[in-house]
Amino acid sequence: MKRITQIFCAAAVVSLASGAAFAQSLTIATVNNGDMIRMQKLTSDFTEKNPGIELNWVTLEENVLRQRVTTDIATKGGQYDIMTIGTYEVPIWAREGWLVSLDDLPASYDIDDLLPAIRGGLSVDGSLYAAPFYGESSMVMYRTDLMEKAGLTMPDAPTWDFIREAAKAMTDKDNEVYGVCLRGKAGWGENAAFITAMSNSFGARWFDLDWNPQFDGNAWKETLNFYLEMMEESGPPGASSNGFNENLALFQTGKCGMWIDATVAASFVTNPNDSQVHDRVGFALAPDKGLGKRGNWLWAWSLAIPAGSQKVEAAKKFINWATSKDYLALVASKEGWANVPPGTRTSLYENPEYAKVPFAQMTLDSINSADPTNPAVDPVPYVGIQFVAIPEFQGIATAVGQQFSAALAGQISADVALKNAQDLTERAMKKAGYIK
Amino acid sequence: MAQKKIPYQKIAVTAFAWAVGMAIFFPILWTFLTGFKTEAVAIASPPVFFNFEWTLENYDAVFERADYFRFFMNSVIISVGSTVLGLLIAIPAAWAMAFVPGKQTKNILMWMLSTKMLPPVGVLVPIYLLFRDFGMLDTRFGLLFVLTLINLPIIVWMLYTYFREIPVEILEAARMDGAPLLNEVVHILTPMALPGIASTLLLNIILAWNEAFWTINLTTVDAAPLTAFIASFSSPEGLFYAKLSAASTMAIAPILIMGWFCQKQLVRGLTFGAVK
Repeated sequence: MKRITQIFCAAAVVSLASGAAFAQSLTIATVNNGDMIRMQKLTSDFTEKNPGIELNWVTLEENVLRQRVTTDIATKGGQYDIMTIGTYEVPIWAREGWLVSLDDLPASYDIDDLLPAIRGGLSVDGSLYAAPFYGESSMVMYRTDLMEKAGLTMPDAPTWDFIREAAKAMTDKDNEVYGVCLRGKAGWGENAAFITAMSNSFGARWFDLDWNPQFDGNAWKETLNFYLEMMEESGPPGASSNGFNENLALFQTGKCGMWIDATVAASFVTNPNDSQVHDRVGFALAPDKGLGKRGNWLWAWSLAIPAGSQKVEAAKKFINWATSKDYLALVASKEGWANVPPGTRTSLYENPEYAKVPFAQMTLDSINSADPTNPAVDPVPYVGIQFVAIPEFQGIATAVGQQFSAALAGQISADVALKNAQDLTERAMKKAGYIK
Repeated sequence: MAQKKIPYQKIAVTAFAWAVGMAIFFPILWTFLTGFKTEAVAIASPPVFFNFEWTLENYDAVFERADYFRFFMNSVIISVGSTVLGLLIAIPAAWAMAFVPGKQTKNILMWMLSTKMLPPVGVLVPIYLLFRDFGMLDTRFGLLFVLTLINLPIIVWMLYTYFREIPVEILEAARMDGAPLLNEVVHILTPMALPGIASTLLLNIILAWNEAFWTINLTTVDAAPLTAFIASFSSPEGLFYAKLSAASTMAIAPILIMGWFCQKQLVRGLTFGAVK
């Protein structure tokens, strides 16, 4: 009896020890958006297939998340096993050696299926450092009924001049209908992102090849004046405090004729539960000025593993699951094709079922027309379309965004805003050692 | 004539007080109402006040997504714990400063207060590194420790102000009767300063409950309090106002209810000695 007890005790100890050895919990930092929340609900599919791995989610607002994960990775705090980061962080962090390369994901992952533009934005020197969970560009969303009423037809690839004319024709200020709604709220991810992407199509750029700021050039002057004049003619009142959500609310309640913003907004404005105009929305590529570049951006929320993580293999298993073709099929089977995370895989856009989603093709075309490695008409020393992938950009672009926002609010002129932008950028770049 | 003016003055003062009170309370009321709206109604323009179909779907969504009670318990432990710990340190410190002041007491008090003027982000990285090296990241103990230190200057200052109102002769009488120091502080000083200590306690629980910078930056899963809970419902892309309002209502309700029940003690403590 004593012997049997000993055997049982030994077995219990061994099983506990082995259980402890295999049970791993992954802490995943993520943003609060519909696709990420949906993934959290579907993780039982992953944990059933990987019984030794538990998942802890830390969901935070985008800016809080950025501050939180940046602090943790820069100090090697080790609080997260997987981080949700954007195309801005990936090249900077990968060059710092802060991220684990994802080149050795299994063949079934089919890395070549990732959309080239998105993959390029998440790679450094040919190595992938973050797996895209969803990708987005920007495009024109417009009210088909108002366009028809104005006697105009939206081309698939409009010019800025057409947008301005159409905005004027659609505006009916007495009835609180404004031809165009654009971001005006100051911030590097708000108005600075939009106007930077817009400036690319006007032939402007942030820096020349020697990192000299270019706000004193004619292309920037033309960009900012066009933006301000169009918003003066056809924009909503108080536009200098409008960001994505404010414009979304205006568009959904029927107060915008056109809205140029993230492709992800397409699913919101066509959602019958939230949008009063869900059945009257059309899509077009972001406008151009005939110079070979469109005013659209490229962004991807992606999953990355911090270097020094003790759970790299388990983390790779999760990333493989969350960004795989099978995950897209899982979402489609549970919630329909319209809710599949867009903009990451070529095979999704070849799927005839997904092709029926009204904004699918325009999203793909928008993403494909974006080139983060060659964003401007003239050559630039940086990567990024609506941002410049250098650590200093967040601070500089927020300050520049404040100048543009002040100009939109009528507090300063376009010339003063550009002069201030030039001065503050030059100062920051000198301080950072890019220029002397 | 002078007598007739008084009711008008009273009415004006009362109306003004109500207006100020309503202005302060309005955002809380609006948050509460928005929590029961759909996302579409939450952004409706012109805004809808009461005439909407009330729904609990936001509360459902919040409960489905997050373990509210875990966040709530962390908030309770961290805010009450750090305040009690702070009081244990601050009562003797304030006693010494109020009744046995030295040449540098005023300077020390000012120096303590000056630490509150430093932007917290300025010391984020050093504190994060210390927490990492001592294994205190994402622990309740770590947050108790840091919140105690952060609120200590305010606790000491408040107690110092209350203690100064107590006649030193009473303490001297106790000493002459042979009361040792501990008895003097515990049995004589503390009961006399109880309204002040109570209001300090309540105010610091509220401050610790609402502290967002450190509680978000030093936690991930295990020690995350309600501030992290709220931060998870905001989003720059997508409508979230109704769900965020529901989450905010749930986060502020406990402290609001506590404040409501303890308002007499709070007011008594805050006006302690003010009319002397």
